[in-house]
Amino acid sequence: MYVYNENDQKIIEERVAQFRGQTERYLAGELAEDEFLPLRLQNGLYIQRLAPMLRIAVPYGLLNSKQLRKLARIARTYDKGYCHITTRQNIQFNWPQLEEVPDILAELAEVQMHAVQTSGNCIRNTTTDQFAGVAQDELEDPRPWCEIIRQWSTFHPEFAFLPRKFKIAVCGTQGDRAAIQVHDIGLQIVRNDDGEIGFKVIVGGGLGRTPVIGSVIREFLPKEHLLTYLDAILRVYNRHGNRANKYKARIKILVRAWKPDVFAHEVEAEWDYIKETPASLTNEEINRVKSFFTAPDYQPIDDDNAEKELKKLSGEHLAFSKWLQRNITAHRVPGYAAVTLSLKPTGVAPGDITDQQLDAVADLADQYSLGEVRTTHNQNLVLADVKKSELFELWQKAKTGGFATPNIGTLTDMICCPGGDFCSLANAKSIPVAEALQRKFDDMDYVYDLGDLSLNISGCMNACGHHHVGNIGVLGVDKKGEEFYQIQLGGSADSDATLGKVLGPSFGREEMPEVIEKILNVYVENRKGDELFLDTYRRIGITPFKETVYAKDH
Amino acid sequence: MPKIIKDGQVVDDSWVIINKDFSGDLPMAKVLLPMQYWLDNKDSLNLMCAGIWIDSDEDVDTIGLEANQFPLIAVNFPTFVDGRGFSIARLLKERYEFTGQLRAIGSAIRDQLFYLKRCGFDSFDLKEGIDLESAAASLNDFSVTYQTSADQPEPLFRRG
Ligand code: HEM
Ligand code: SF4
Repeated sequence: MYVYNENDQKIIEERVAQFRGQTERYLAGELAEDEFLPLRLQNGLYIQRLAPMLRIAVPYGLLNSKQLRKLARIARTYDKGYCHITTRQNIQFNWPQLEEVPDILAELAEVQMHAVQTSGNCIRNTTTDQFAGVAQDELEDPRPWCEIIRQWSTFHPEFAFLPRKFKIAVCGTQGDRAAIQVHDIGLQIVRNDDGEIGFKVIVGGGLGRTPVIGSVIREFLPKEHLLTYLDAILRVYNRHGNRANKYKARIKILVRAWKPDVFAHEVEAEWDYIKETPASLTNEEINRVKSFFTAPDYQPIDDDNAEKELKKLSGEHLAFSKWLQRNITAHRVPGYAAVTLSLKPTGVAPGDITDQQLDAVADLADQYSLGEVRTTHNQNLVLADVKKSELFELWQKAKTGGFATPNIGTLTDMICCPGGDFCSLANAKSIPVAEALQRKFDDMDYVYDLGDLSLNISGCMNACGHHHVGNIGVLGVDKKGEEFYQIQLGGSADSDATLGKVLGPSFGREEMPEVIEKILNVYVENRKGDELFLDTYRRIGITPFKETVYAKDH
Repeated sequence: MPKIIKDGQVVDDSWVIINKDFSGDLPMAKVLLPMQYWLDNKDSLNLMCAGIWIDSDEDVDTIGLEANQFPLIAVNFPTFVDGRGFSIARLLKERYEFTGQLRAIGSAIRDQLFYLKRCGFDSFDLKEGIDLESAAASLNDFSVTYQTSADQPEPLFRRG
C-alpha cells in the first residue's frame, strides 16, 4: 500500500488548514453561500435532506486497519455510529456537523486520508478492481497507476473547475471489474505486439441521465505518456465542454457531439505539444510507486492440502460451503484466497457498516489479511490475502460480525443508492425497496439457483446506484408527487458493458417484490442448462418479460 | 485608485477595461481592449499602452504568438466556476511564451488564487468588497505541488 512521504503529508495537512479557514469565513459570513459551495464540495461536503454528508476518499478502494479504526472512531464521535460504502469505493458519513468537518479532516490526515475532490466539478477519486494485485486474470497491478493518477490529479491547478465532475477508472484485466466503460475515462492495461505495457484509453462513458458506453480513442498508449495524455484529454474537455447547461456538461456529451474520432484527433493534436515535456513519467517514478505494491511475503503453502481440508470442512458445515462458493475469489498465489465480506444482510441499507463492525473488520484484516482491506464498487469489503487454512476461522468470526451473508454476486447483493431517505435529489426511496426484495427472496437456495445476477437500484436518474448497468435495474421516478419505480433489463457493467432496456410503465413500491418475482420466473422457465439471467435475456429478448409482467389478470 | 493584487502585494492600478460593446473614442488611459476588438482594428490602432483581455469562451489560439506584443493580457472569469481561464493562461504562458503581466479579471475568488498563480497569473483584479490584504495570503495555501504548470516546469517526481 502506498505510504505518504513528507510531501504527500504536507499537502494534505495544508488542505485541512485551508478548509478550516474557508469554513470559518463561511460561518462568519465572510464567504458567500454560492462561493463556499464548490469549495466544500471539493472537500466532499454536501448538504443533504437532513444534515451535511461527508464523502471521504478511499483511493482505489484501499484501506489499512489503522485507517478503518479511525473511520470507526469518526463514526462514533462525529456521526451516528455508522457510515456507507459508495459505488465509487468511497466512504460517506450521513450526519456530521459542518462546524466539525475541519476536525474530522484533521483526524483523517493523521492516517493519510482526506476528502479531497470527492465531489464537485473536478477529477474525482480514481477507482479500480477490488481484486487488483491478487487477481488470477491480471496483466499488471493497476494500483500503482491509480496512485500516479491520484497524485497528478490532486490539486491539479488547471482542472479544478471543470464543466462537470470527472471520474477515472483503471483495470488490469480483460474481464472488467471496475466498470471502466461507464467512466469519463476508462483505462485498461494492455500489452502491445512488442510486449510493452500500456493503456487502452476509453473516453466519454457515464451513467446519470444520459447513460453512454465509452469509446476507445487510443488502442495503445505507452505507459510513460499516461499523464500527458490525460492532461491533453482534460484540456480539450476543459476548453470545449458545455458550461451553459449542466445536464450537457459531461465529457460524454462532447465526445458524442464531436464524434469519437474527432475528439480523439483534438486530443492527439493537443498531446503533440506536451508529450515530450518533463511532465511525462520517468521509469524511476513508475518504479518508486510500484515499490509500494510489491507482493507481500506470501508463505509457501501446499494448495492441495489446503483444498482437501476445505472440502472436509465444507462437508461438515453446509453454511460454510455456501460461503466458500459465493464469497471467495481465487487468488494468484497458491494456498491463498480473497474473501468478500458482505455488507448486504437483510434489513441493513446496502453498503452500511457500523463503527463496531469497522473495528471488527480491522481486527480481521490484522489477523488474517496482512492488515489491509478493500472497498468494492458493489458496496462490500474485501480481505484480499487470506490463507485458505484460515478461512474457516475467519468465516466464524465474520458471521459473528454480521458480514458473512453468503450472497456475493447474487440477487440480494444489490447495489443501492441512499435514495429518498437521505438524498435531496431523490424521486423515490431506494433502501426500502432493497429491503423488501431481500425479505421476499430470503430463500437462499432459490437465490443460489438463480446464480450470478445483479440488481441495481437508484432513487433518481442521476444513477448513483448504477441501475443502467444492472442485469435488473430499478429507477425511482416521480409521478405527480408519488413514488414509482421503473424497471430496466439486460444491463451489464462487465467488459461487454450494456445499458439496460426499459421494461414498460412503472410500478408502486408495494408491487415491486411481486414484479421482480415474475421477471425471475420468466428467466427460470426459459433458461437453458446453467445459463445466467443475462444470457437468457440476451437470447430471448425483452418481450417474454414484458408479456408476463404486464399480462392482464384473467 | 482601484487596488489589485500584483506579485503578492496589494497595489494601485490604473488599467481601464474596455467593454465588448464599446463604441466611440477610447479613453486617454492605459486600456485593456477586448481581444476581438483588437483583432478587428489592429491595423488602424496606434496604441502604445494597450493590453487586451480574453473572455473565457474566446479561442486563445487566435491571438497565439501575437500575445507577446502586449505588456498586459487579462483573462476574464465571467463566473468563478468557469474554469476555462485556467487553460487559457497556461496556453499563453507555456505554448505562446507570453512574458508580460497576466491578470485574472471578473469573478475569480480568493480561494482560487493558488491555482491561478500556478497557471501563470501574476496579478488579480478580484471582485469589489474583498479584503485584498488577507486574500493575498491564499496565494500560498500550499507549499508543495505534484504537477507541472506554468510556474513549475518539472513535476514533483523530477525535482528530487
Ligand atoms: C446523497 C448524496 C448524493 C448526491 C446529491 C449525488 C448526486 C449525484 C448526481 C447529481 C449525479 C449525476 C451526475 C451527472 O450525471 O452528471 C450522480 C452520479 C453518480 N453518483 Fe451520486 N450522489 C449522491 C450520493 C452517491 C452515493 C452514495 C453514491 C454511491 C453509492 C454515488 C455514486 C454516483 C455514481 C456512481 C454516479 C453515476 C456515474 C456517473 O457519474 O456517470 N452518489 N450523483
Ligand atoms: S441516484 Fe438520485 S436519489 Fe440516489 S443518491 Fe444519486 S442523486 Fe440521490
